[in-house]
Amino acid sequence: MRICVNGVDRDVPQGTTVAGLLQEMRLSPNRVAVEVNKRLLKMDRYGESLNEGDQVEIVTLVGGG
Amino acid sequence: MDKLKIGKFELTSRLFVGTGKYASYEIMQQALDASGCQVVTVAVRRERLLDKEGRNLLDFLDLSRYIILPNTAGCFSAEDAVRVALLGRDLLEKQNNPGAGWVKLEVLGDRKTLLPDPVGTLEATRTLVKEGFTVLCYTSDDPISARRLKEAGAASVMPAGSPIGSGQGILNPLNISLCLEALKENDPDYPVIVDAGVGTASDVTIAMELGSDGVLLNTGVAHAKDPVMMARAMRHAIEAGLLAYRAGRIPKKRYATASSPFDGVISYVPGE
Repeated sequence: MRICVNGVDRDVPQGTTVAGLLQEMRLSPNRVAVEVNKRLLKMDRYGESLNEGDQVEIVTLVGGG
Repeated sequence: MDKLKIGKFELTSRLFVGTGKYASYEIMQQALDASGCQVVTVAVRRERLLDKEGRNLLDFLDLSRYIILPNTAGCFSAEDAVRVALLGRDLLEKQNNPGAGWVKLEVLGDRKTLLPDPVGTLEATRTLVKEGFTVLCYTSDDPISARRLKEAGAASVMPAGSPIGSGQGILNPLNISLCLEALKENDPDYPVIVDAGVGTASDVTIAMELGSDGVLLNTGVAHAKDPVMMARAMRHAIEAGLLAYRAGRIPKKRYATASSPFDGVISYVPGE
């Protein structure tokens, strides 16, 4: 299925979870925050499956003023 | 210096320093250290999936030392600012940093000036206060907007001295003092931070001499020729300004008043 991660389309296997996606992208769940379809997803829900067309944002902290 | 209270936060330093635009993370670390700051601001951005160095800001911030203040920089609507604030809080909760409880709210009106959108800022303040945030609100130096933000529940209002990153200092000290007057009326401990525009140490001192409670800056240090030395200067500037404000300056006079007595001079004094 196709989802959109940080503005880029991405094909992932059906049933992919946020946890699985982060693992595949080699990102530590503790170092990022995740939004699905503009709603914050807390870490205790990273095991939930994503759906076709989901817009996923994975953010971290960067330098800023 | 006595502590500065913002919501439930009690701060020993009145200087808030940003983490953006340094030549390297190492220089940033040294500058933060030299500034004596306790609060550092950060931004929330998409994870760069192809970061060539793979280094993360979090590896260079001592989270047991600094309170992180996440901002909503780059947001042009209340809705986006709220999303970013929630993401920032989630990230800081994961780091067990007390900064999870607050946010530096920016809702910008235009990309050229980076001046705040007053309507969006007010709307986002209301929402974030309801969400339980301690909201520190970036705003223009308009005293009426400042008062509205305080009424909406902002824990601190942070008027800009001049546009973000411009280094123009405090362009309208009258408006900053009117903001201070409006915000501190019957509430002298209400914290007011001058945010943005600082170019050099004297700008910080002027902000403090006007009666501000603190100053938030980034570019003035990060882009100085020697950021670490400038950070040190900013540290002293905060203290100088606070002390001068509390000590109470003399009124300005049109003519000179001699510091040495005229009584007993042996010289000819013109006009006498």
